[in-house]
Amino acid sequence: MKYLCLIYDEEKKLGAMSQSESDAFMGEYHTFTEGIRKSGHYVAGEALQPIHTATTVRIRNGKLSTTDGPFAETKEQLGGFYLINARDLNDALQVAAKIPSARLGSVEVRPIMVFSQQ
Amino acid sequence: MGEDAADQAGVRELVDAVYRSDSRRVLATLIRLLGDFDMAEEALQDAFAAAVERWPRDGVPANPRAWLVSTGRFKAIDGMRRRARFDASLAELARRLDTDTSDPASWDEESVEDDRLRLIFTCCHPALPPDAQIALTLREVCGLTTEEIARAFLTAPSTLAQRIVRAKIKIRDAHIPYQVPSRSDLPARLDTVLHVVYLVFNEGYSASSGELLTRHDLSGEAIRLGRLLIELLSEPEAEGLLALMLLHESRRAARTSPAGELVLLGDQDRSLWNREQIAEGSALVRRALASRRFGPYTLQAAIAAVHAEASDAAATDWTQIVGLYDVLARADPSPVVDLNRAAAIAMRDGPPAGLTLIDALLARGDLEDYYLAHSARADLCRRLGRTVEARASYERALRLTRQEPERRFLERRLSELPD
Repeated sequence: MKYLCLIYDEEKKLGAMSQSESDAFMGEYHTFTEGIRKSGHYVAGEALQPIHTATTVRIRNGKLSTTDGPFAETKEQLGGFYLINARDLNDALQVAAKIPSARLGSVEVRPIMVFSQQ
Repeated sequence: MGEDAADQAGVRELVDAVYRSDSRRVLATLIRLLGDFDMAEEALQDAFAAAVERWPRDGVPANPRAWLVSTGRFKAIDGMRRRARFDASLAELARRLDTDTSDPASWDEESVEDDRLRLIFTCCHPALPPDAQIALTLREVCGLTTEEIARAFLTAPSTLAQRIVRAKIKIRDAHIPYQVPSRSDLPARLDTVLHVVYLVFNEGYSASSGELLTRHDLSGEAIRLGRLLIELLSEPEAEGLLALMLLHESRRAARTSPAGELVLLGDQDRSLWNREQIAEGSALVRRALASRRFGPYTLQAAIAAVHAEASDAAATDWTQIVGLYDVLARADPSPVVDLNRAAAIAMRDGPPAGLTLIDALLARGDLEDYYLAHSARADLCRRLGRTVEARASYERALRLTRQEPERRFLERRLSELPD
């Protein structure tokens, strides 16, 4: 069963880190990713550029609207994700709890929808 | 007629008795075997319907529970096969279920008891919203109907039914597993379970709104759940919680006057306290404390046990109670614990010491909207003869409470104040 772990961080908090703090944080991510590769949970994972790079598009009444910024302004911003393979929700939650951002921000765990073949 | 009819009535009674004592166990095992709550419930009803029909004819099976599980499972697989004509995926599921489950006769007592734990931990999974945890536990573990739960929680049955349906959908779609948590997860997961049981008890013991001060049935269910947990898991905090519930429940008859008025602990007629529940609760507290792995429920139970030992309010060992609140405030800090500690200190050292502490707590702002903080303050002011302040605090408390008996109590206190 696949789960998507959506990682939410406060960009402000991350931006306020010193170089050494930031290096240590990235180091933790590196160790975590290695760990879930070895355990077989890892499917994919990426970090996103900050929200100032985000653009949102919508089509309403056949007309394209393009706006600067993320879909919703929130205190914590979507900053990256892992797609994992897990036995069940308990297994997925255990993996998600080890994502370094779980301590600073939060991680939303969502099962991937499986569409029937027929 | 005659003997046969009498036999049939006897068997019917037996089926009812087995339903009461074992239907939850059978359900818990069927959920594991079938992997689906709704399918298991349907199978459970089918199995009991079959028992009503067949036991009078074929005799009562040697192991009724195993018979019910096996019949329920068979009925579910059979139903799936029939529906498979319209949905091919069911055929595969039915085939798998038919082959990968072992002979029900070989299921030992232990795996059946594990199923009951699996059911409790699944209903109280932290991924479900708290109100759904409560509703699902009362529905699946206690076997209450949706209407009964809705009535107890003063909720519309449709709202409650929806809560249960959504929870079951999340269990299915997010793959919440049907299992007892691993050793490392157990303490945190047990906390959630104990919290659910405690909320059910409190809802029964002190209804959060409405006319009735007590909703006895819910407290009774919570105590039954507490007993079940102890039977299945030897965890000191589960013992502590059961002790706490029993010790509170023991005062039920003394908590309200015959006219339905609230009676505070200090004024209760202690001859009305249930000695049997006190003895059982106190023994559980001692056992939990001796384990040295206890937590907040055990500490609260220990405080209740000290009250239970005293022949009247004046004879209470307030020094020991303050000591226990000190430990509790460290183990599980909260403004409410601080307030109770302040009230105990007022009893040990006199009203001025307690009033200083309560004023400091109120100044901190956490208890501004908590009626008991204002009524405790009012009470200390009254005892110190500070009538104007007492009146203001009673009035403040009155504006904050939603419960009729409490309102009447505060109004009575207000009317008794000298001008």
